[in-house]
Amino acid sequence: MKRARFLILLVLAFLAVFAQAAWAGPRVWLGSPINLVPPLVVYAALRLSLAGVSGLAVVAGLWLDALSANPLGVSILPLFLVGLALWQQRDLLLRELDYAQVLLGAAASAVVPVLTLGLVFGKGLHPDVGWDSLWQLVVLAVTGGVLTPLVFRLMDRLETAFLHPPAPALPFRTDRDLKRGRY
Amino acid sequence: MFRRPQLIALSSVVLLVLVLLNLPEPVAARAKLAVGSLFLPLFGLVGSVQTVAHEVSRAVLPRALLLQEVAELRQQNRTLSVELARVQAAEEENRRLRQIVGWQQLSPWKSKACRVIARDTASWWRTVRIELGSRDGARPGLPVVSPEGLLGRVDTVGLGISEVVLVGDPKCRVAVVVRETGETGVLTTLAAGVLDHRLVDLTHLPRNAALVPGQTVVTSGLGGFFPAGIPVGTVVDTRSVGYGLYAEARVKLVADTSRLREVLVIWP
Repeated sequence: MKRARFLILLVLAFLAVFAQAAWAGPRVWLGSPINLVPPLVVYAALRLSLAGVSGLAVVAGLWLDALSANPLGVSILPLFLVGLALWQQRDLLLRELDYAQVLLGAAASAVVPVLTLGLVFGKGLHPDVGWDSLWQLVVLAVTGGVLTPLVFRLMDRLETAFLHPPAPALPFRTDRDLKRGRY
Repeated sequence: MFRRPQLIALSSVVLLVLVLLNLPEPVAARAKLAVGSLFLPLFGLVGSVQTVAHEVSRAVLPRALLLQEVAELRQQNRTLSVELARVQAAEEENRRLRQIVGWQQLSPWKSKACRVIARDTASWWRTVRIELGSRDGARPGLPVVSPEGLLGRVDTVGLGISEVVLVGDPKCRVAVVVRETGETGVLTTLAAGVLDHRLVDLTHLPRNAALVPGQTVVTSGLGGFFPAGIPVGTVVDTRSVGYGLYAEARVKLVADTSRLREVLVIWP
């Protein structure tokens, strides 16, 4: 079940990265691309194992960097750190509530680019950062927050559509089964 | 704080990132192109869908509109024919004068149109990917233009796709000249950004530069990357920097890089 959920998440991440690169609409209308990967990492952190979170961060980070002038691998660590932090605290989070998902998605979408930029600067590169970047950060946080509950709902629907429902509990308890015959 | 599984995951990811970030430049570029090529089928699909949509929209256009467009194009064709004759005469004169003076003859540009298939996923770089690679003769450093003017230059080249660094990106500096005054400078990223991605800085100007808003900025040909005379933008305003030792200007690019669909790569 978790493996299938992870595969669906990977397909969604692939499509999200593709849409981010191919669709110029958000850049023209909002002045910034929309990044759907942090909301997917939030979902993975709240619903999958740590291996799933790590796998998603590595693969989606590689995809993001492959279609960017970023050094290869620079997006992996921020995605993973955000995923790890949420995964560790997930028992304390009200993860099924919409507003919690909005807040987590917004925070993740704001933190990931900041950490990535830190690594880019650390690599000795000089990206185009100015006052525009603050606006872009706001756009990323707001869109990330709005999209996170939608990711949860979409994943629930996809799971219902593609995955087998969990087997119902047996009507009898095997430990209380009457055994006949000689012992 | 961390238990063993978390520590293992964290150290594995950190190790992987360190390895990737320290890959030699050519290996990293090749790896990026290889990973990026996974998306090629989807980009191809989008291109096909756009072509079909374009064909369908053309097929259902009203006849009156098409006739009007034909009339406009005929008018434009007549004007351009006259302009072409004038340019050809000037070119012939230029060729003869170069021959007389003994200068090297200019070779005509070759160009190839190609589709923009992807934009940078990060908002702090100004790059796009085009559907033209080494198998089409692309190589790093080739200028990329649109009908409006200069866009940037080819940076990394793969077999079927290339990365183009756009004007305004920190990796793309352009030597330019102000057509009206002849003052030269270098176009760089806008230092104090505003919400207009078409604004860039024109630096390295002399302190007494007599620039006026609206003057045209074209490539100067210095530096060797871009041939001279390609329109780049217009001067918006000027300011004095370095306690009056230098001047800088803001330039608005003629080409809108956010709406690119097709570009021309030129072989000067």
